[in-house]
Amino acid sequence: RLILSHLSLQAPQWISEQGRSRGAIISQYCNRTMQLRRRRQSRPSIQHFPRSARPSIRGYGVETDAAGFEEEENKRDRLVNNLQNLSDSDRVRMLRAMPLSLSEKKEMLVLNKAEHSVSQNQIPCCSQLKYYIIIALRHGWYGWLSFLSSLQLWQTALKCVGGRFGTGVLSYFIFLRTLLFFNVFLFLVTGLLLVVPQAITHPDQDQNITVRSSWGLEVLTGAGYFSHSLLYYGYYNNQTLQTGHSCSASGNGTSCSSGLSYNMPLVYFFTIGAAFFITCIILVYSMSKSFGQSFRIDKSKGLLAIKVFSSWDFKVIKKSSVRLQRANIGTQLKELVAEVNRQEQKFPVLQRLFRLFIHMLAWIMCLGSTLACVLAVYYFSEHMHGAASSDPLLKEASLLAVPVVVSSINLLLPGFFNVVAWMEKYDSPSMLNYISISRNLLLKVSVLGVLCYHWLGRVATDPQSLGLECWESFVGQELYRFLLMDFIFMLLDTFFGEFLVFSQKALKRKRKPVFDIARNVLELIYGQTLAWLGVLFSPLLPAVQIIKLLFLFYMKKVSLKMNCQASGKPWRACQMTTIFITLLCFPAFLGATVCVTYTMWSITPSAGCGPFRGLKNMFQAGKRWVHRLAAVNPDLHWLASAHSYLVENPLFLFLCAGIFLIMIYFHSQVVDGQRKIIELLQEQIENVRRESCEYVTVSSSYV
Amino acid sequence: MGGTSSKLPKDLLSEYQELTFLTKQEILMAHKIFSELQDRENGPYSSRVSMEKVLTLPELKSNPFRKRICHVFSTSDMKDGSLSFEDFLDLLSAFSDSATLEIKSHYAFRIFDFDDDGTLDARDLEKLVNSLTGETDDTRLTAEEMRQLISNILEESDIDKDGTVNLSEFQHVISRSPDFVRSPGIHSPVRRQQHSVFRAQRQAHGTQFRAERTEKRRFGHDVPS
Repeated sequence: RLILSHLSLQAPQWISEQGRSRGAIISQYCNRTMQLRRRRQSRPSIQHFPRSARPSIRGYGVETDAAGFEEEENKRDRLVNNLQNLSDSDRVRMLRAMPLSLSEKKEMLVLNKAEHSVSQNQIPCCSQLKYYIIIALRHGWYGWLSFLSSLQLWQTALKCVGGRFGTGVLSYFIFLRTLLFFNVFLFLVTGLLLVVPQAITHPDQDQNITVRSSWGLEVLTGAGYFSHSLLYYGYYNNQTLQTGHSCSASGNGTSCSSGLSYNMPLVYFFTIGAAFFITCIILVYSMSKSFGQSFRIDKSKGLLAIKVFSSWDFKVIKKSSVRLQRANIGTQLKELVAEVNRQEQKFPVLQRLFRLFIHMLAWIMCLGSTLACVLAVYYFSEHMHGAASSDPLLKEASLLAVPVVVSSINLLLPGFFNVVAWMEKYDSPSMLNYISISRNLLLKVSVLGVLCYHWLGRVATDPQSLGLECWESFVGQELYRFLLMDFIFMLLDTFFGEFLVFSQKALKRKRKPVFDIARNVLELIYGQTLAWLGVLFSPLLPAVQIIKLLFLFYMKKVSLKMNCQASGKPWRACQMTTIFITLLCFPAFLGATVCVTYTMWSITPSAGCGPFRGLKNMFQAGKRWVHRLAAVNPDLHWLASAHSYLVENPLFLFLCAGIFLIMIYFHSQVVDGQRKIIELLQEQIENVRRESCEYVTVSSSYV
Repeated sequence: MGGTSSKLPKDLLSEYQELTFLTKQEILMAHKIFSELQDRENGPYSSRVSMEKVLTLPELKSNPFRKRICHVFSTSDMKDGSLSFEDFLDLLSAFSDSATLEIKSHYAFRIFDFDDDGTLDARDLEKLVNSLTGETDDTRLTAEEMRQLISNILEESDIDKDGTVNLSEFQHVISRSPDFVRSPGIHSPVRRQQHSVFRAQRQAHGTQFRAERTEKRRFGHDVPS
């Protein structure tokens, strides 16, 4: 729409240069105001086009009247007339958006005001009052919007980082902020619905609370004093809490009169379920949105042009910064040109086979090392649970052994993968990026997989063999320890890796290290998976994750400013953001959901602790409540049958998944169609321009 | 120099607020800065400030596009790049953070169009890239790289294949870049002064009042603003 509506059959040499640009602008805005008046809604300007703006054939008004033929004055009068008939806000917005000089805009405003002031006095007083009220409301609304936008967390910090290091690094920090919001949401939900009511009621605890003296270790292990606290599942009551404070609206509609009660098992079950469901919806929505933004429908990449046209940061003032920026841009342009125009080298067959062999060797090494580490983790965790130590302090410290081992694997093995990748020579750096991300991801997925199997398949099914009364609290503690160790190791890695600049020796040029975005983002995803796994067993775990993310933000920002430099590599920030959100959704969130669902569905809760004690599985809490409702209130018997048919029957879930897949297929077909339309339109533009050139030459030959 | 702070009439102020993306505070600051620039000229009431004076502003001094910026925003008939106060406001408005993408891309196009012919042809692109990369030889692109780069750019952005990038094609490219909305904002000179203004305003009121009174006594009438 944007392109074709500007196309017209005018040729430059018929009109003077200054007049042409003004005339073109005036005629363009004349048409726009006309459309605005017709549609009575604000026309989306170029800023409001989503980047995958869906083009369609209808609605293209190709201007065939050459704007240059008409008198400029005529167009201007029509523009002024159109402006008068718009609403105030539309008119102000139109005037501001017009790229004309201020003096010309003032003339139009004067003409406008002359007409308007006449009608102003004729408005009766009640509509004037309505007018004032609307104005006041609008001012209030704008004030509220500006207040909201000023609340955006870390906006100035993000702008600084983005301006100095580019959008790739900025995408990491934005991803961090997104994760923070997810965790805040989780924390609010579990905090308000689970933690606060439980904290208020103070149920009498039968267990002996042994207070340990070694405080420091307890913060790390999460055991000891914390093991019988709100932090873990075991503390929560399985009764219906009789409090004076809250009445859960869904649970006790009829029995509220006797005193407000709060059905803890039911609320626990529903809270976790609802939190996961809402997180799923938000994730899928943001994934589809970022897919739309990054997925280039048209064939051309447009990297170089975008780089040249938009890389100059006008905010840079100091002479030295300007020089630095110029040097950066020069280097980046050179690298980009080299990469875009890289010739596909034709190697002889033997060399290609050799390279293939090297690739396979590298993959075997990576997969082999992953498998070895996974088995090591499995056997080591088995061993640690089996080994009994007499010294209580050592016993507590040994709880930290498995997290330390896992975190060090997560830290060291990606470095090994980098070395392996350096050994093989990849043609394009973006391919190298994807390969290293996938190897890293494989490592983390397998490590988490084996840990989940260990917890849910071994510890949960046979807790007595390990001497555990409350396996859920134990799993919650394990997750807490893993989260904390992950954080500590990230701290150490930032300190040693970025502050002490090890990698400078490896680089040929004396450059500061470049911030490794992919690795850091995968670390974030890993931490978030742990948090999601742990919400069921430890409702306050999101709070720990929030604290960790806050620390991480400031730490990474400081380390970045001090030690790193902007990457010269063309980082397709939008595409990588999409990939990261997809990775967050698919292996991470899906895995966590599967584990939690499996726990709720099939595993017997421990009999001695937690809100689900005595039930066959956690799911029973919901089922029992539905049956009880149906028994109390005969009208609701359909609810019980609906529950048994819809929720317990897997067919319904398969149906939902099938519908989801069909929708995805439909959308992909739509995208294909749009791609074809864009190609057709581009051909059309080219043809029209060629025809107009021929028209000019032909007609000028007759003159 | 007496009567330095000439006030902007209220109706003009509200008009400027409606027509530009600047806030009231920013317009007043701009007026103050512009008056300072004017005072260095020979005649304090000349409405245009020459390009050399404008280029002494710290925000523009090191900018490689400074001359183009002045030419683009200048509405003087002599095409010498001199700016009136309204041109100056146009400049600040186009580079402010709240300006629309359309305005920014329009003016960016005109700034990059070094020969003012309405399109970006290969010569314009070459000058653009040279401005971006700098003066020294090791940051500049070689002739071969430049040729390669320009042909890549034209291949990517020239949709109608006429060998130049016109405004629509430029805007089409820009709209796909998520960075453009963030970067092209001149570090507004009004912001640099905003910190000191709150401190200085108190003093200024006092001194201005006293200055006006002394001048009234000296000249026997109000100094024209």
